[in-house]
Amino acid sequence: MMTEPETTGPARRTVLLGAAGAAAALALPRSGRAAAVAAPKASLWPEAAFKATTPDPALKALWGSSSLTPTTQVKMDAPDIAENGAVVPISVDANEPKITGVALLARHNPYSLACAYEIPEGTSPAISSRLKLAKTTEVIAVVKSGGKLYSTSKRVKVTLGGCG
Amino acid sequence: MAHQILVHATTSGGVTTVEALIKHPMDSGFVKGKDGKLIPPHYIEVVEFTHKGKLVLRGFWGPAVSKNPFIRFSFKGGASGDPIGVSWVDNKGETASMSAAIM
Repeated sequence: MMTEPETTGPARRTVLLGAAGAAAALALPRSGRAAAVAAPKASLWPEAAFKATTPDPALKALWGSSSLTPTTQVKMDAPDIAENGAVVPISVDANEPKITGVALLARHNPYSLACAYEIPEGTSPAISSRLKLAKTTEVIAVVKSGGKLYSTSKRVKVTLGGCG
Repeated sequence: MAHQILVHATTSGGVTTVEALIKHPMDSGFVKGKDGKLIPPHYIEVVEFTHKGKLVLRGFWGPAVSKNPFIRFSFKGGASGDPIGVSWVDNKGETASMSAAIM
């Protein structure tokens, strides 16, 4: 556009301005919507829990306790064998009342805590996501309910480590 | 787009199910690049989902969450057309957010 000779008549300018105006009108509601969703506070991230190299200190840092009650009320769906440790689909669900938190830990990952969720009232503890497993490891699903921690675990065999 | 977020939310029987796919490298810091040097850690730390501005899920992620994270969850309530907000912040302070209507 800049290199074109100045031979464009008023008609074309009007058209261009009109196009720019329409683009701006389209862009505005978009940026407005994006602005309505505020970014999370990075300070909320429980750094100490994520820097722990074994499950117990990770849970202590996260929820103040590492005392787990194994129960069949917590369910985890994870593969027996993960051919690609970089992408291991893992789902959690739980039947306990008043669940306020869900966490997944991989015992033999460099950092045990993989992810943790705050569950507001009305939100289901059933969460599906994909994790990296560095090597064959026990995966532990922990659910926080009424100040107690309930868990289930499963050994996932990893044939190709996925720390990446 | 550098930081694309895809959200798909549907409601059925008074329960809204949200699926989100977030484009992010989620570099763990343990992997070497082509030059033989470790790729510095770069991963999402906090992700938040809102329904009409109210928090419905807050996730804390570490480097063990897979590249281009996917998540599915559900909450009670929600009607077709309601806005679902998604936003995240990573360990470098980068952020992204988007809003999509429940289908």
